[in-house]
Amino acid sequence: MSEQLFQRDIYGETLVRLGKENKNIVVLDADLSSSTKTCLFAREFPERFFNFGVAEQNMMATAAGLASCGKTVFVSTFAVFASGRAWDQVKNSISYNNFDVKIVATHAGLTVGPDGASHQALEDIALMRVLPRMNIIVPCDGPQTAEAISVAASISGPFYVRLGRSKVPTIEKPVFTFGKAQVLAEGSQVTIFTCGVLANEALLAVKNLSAKGISARLINIHTIRPLDTEAILKAAKETKFFVVCEEHSVVGGLASAIDEVVSRDTPVKVMRLGIRARFGQSGDPAQLLKEYNLTSLDIENTVLSGIS
Amino acid sequence: MENNPLSIQELNDKARQVRRLIIQMLAEAGSGHPGGSLSAADLVTALYFNVLRHDPRNPQWPDRDRFHMSKGHACPLWYAVLAERGYFEKKELMTLRKFGSLLQGHPDRRTPGVESASGSLGQGLSVGLGMSLAARMDKKSYRVYVLIGDGESQEGNIWEAAMAAGHFACDNICAILDYNGCQIDGRCEDVMGLEPLAAKWSAFGWHVIDIDGHSMQQILSAYEQAKTVKGKPTIIIARTVKGKGVSFMEGVVGFHGRAPTKEEAEKALKELA
Repeated sequence: MSEQLFQRDIYGETLVRLGKENKNIVVLDADLSSSTKTCLFAREFPERFFNFGVAEQNMMATAAGLASCGKTVFVSTFAVFASGRAWDQVKNSISYNNFDVKIVATHAGLTVGPDGASHQALEDIALMRVLPRMNIIVPCDGPQTAEAISVAASISGPFYVRLGRSKVPTIEKPVFTFGKAQVLAEGSQVTIFTCGVLANEALLAVKNLSAKGISARLINIHTIRPLDTEAILKAAKETKFFVVCEEHSVVGGLASAIDEVVSRDTPVKVMRLGIRARFGQSGDPAQLLKEYNLTSLDIENTVLSGIS
Repeated sequence: MENNPLSIQELNDKARQVRRLIIQMLAEAGSGHPGGSLSAADLVTALYFNVLRHDPRNPQWPDRDRFHMSKGHACPLWYAVLAERGYFEKKELMTLRKFGSLLQGHPDRRTPGVESASGSLGQGLSVGLGMSLAARMDKKSYRVYVLIGDGESQEGNIWEAAMAAGHFACDNICAILDYNGCQIDGRCEDVMGLEPLAAKWSAFGWHVIDIDGHSMQQILSAYEQAKTVKGKPTIIIARTVKGKGVSFMEGVVGFHGRAPTKEEAEKALKELA
């Protein structure tokens, strides 16, 4: 079993490291700092940390004001609140102004688990993807989270970084380059696209498929915007069809982003694994992935059905 | 940069000139919001001519006082004052709301002197709070002024910001409430009652100054008093008249979001001559 890490632990530690190097970094949270792990930064740099209480809209617009004065602002809360509750503030005060605000949203997706539907962000990528200027990164594990946070801090402009709640296994992979898709496995028959914590499920599926003699390419789209259209179009030419799996609604997320690219120039069959017009519910992450057809077996079966 | 302060008479003259520009711009644009632009004209004119430390030739001067118009629909007023102060040429005013204009229908950062977009109500006081916290962290002495509306004060975000500015004891913020008592659908007290407003702000930890928002004397004293308040933010509750300065617009709810016709504009300009 490979190393298992909480992405949010890595986020908190990375913030502290960046905060030491860059005195311009300010961190905001809305009463969830012990969960999002911005508490680590707060402990180290109390004068550059502000807790806004349970008031996400105010927090987002305040982040804009701080950024207007030259600060690089990291803002954290759960993904449901960061994307949904404060969407208009993110749109009008952050994205429209093109301010240097990094929204790092934790507890995204079904794998929040027992908290249930109200706390499971299944539409946040869609909500951020419709905003001009918003860069979007969905890291797949602990080390990639550190890279994503460092990149977000180093590039001016708004970012949305999506993290999960649960521990995730570390995946061996090539170097992280912002905006460049990561090919986790080479293959010629089908391309599986994924992002975030489902990367590991997809990797298992590729191994199982390989044992059955099926050559599947696996691409981790950690950067949803700017999207690596080149890697997607190449895959459309070199493999017969796509399977896209994401811990998100099938509407507006990674699958939509990929479909938007290929449907124009290189039409290819795109099979979507994600949440289909349903709310989430309570349960263990593993139970929920099974219920919503997002396990490695589901990915494998989808590939098999696509081939036949 | 220090400004040479104007006399009360000169400020009143400037405010009248600003009102003329507002009418001319809106008539030319054919749409926009005269009522709330005219009601806050004295407040914003006084601020830009006698209170703010700013440099129109260097809008990004890091130590400038910040002004943000949270009630973004009153931007004709903001644009007129910015032009009067030389942030851009006055001829730009006649391009208001037109395609390709520097002057968008609601504030946008493409306009020199505009710090942040606004228009979706309720967010500007929070933006000002961010500026205030930045000043504190950077040990800068600049102050932050935010104009909010009364209808806008029905937004929850305003009260989130009010609570936070009180909590963080931001004494470098001065909110200015353009209390003209009207909103699109009618009188504020009929649509969604706001009173007791002074008590509400006070309860949120703010120093409250209640003034006649058309008395230059009271406006200047309020800005001066706000600078001396320590340990809490200040709000100037400025009692104003919607459409102030044009007899047939004063207190008329319908002129919240309707531009004057050419004939109405001519009549208005005669009154403001």
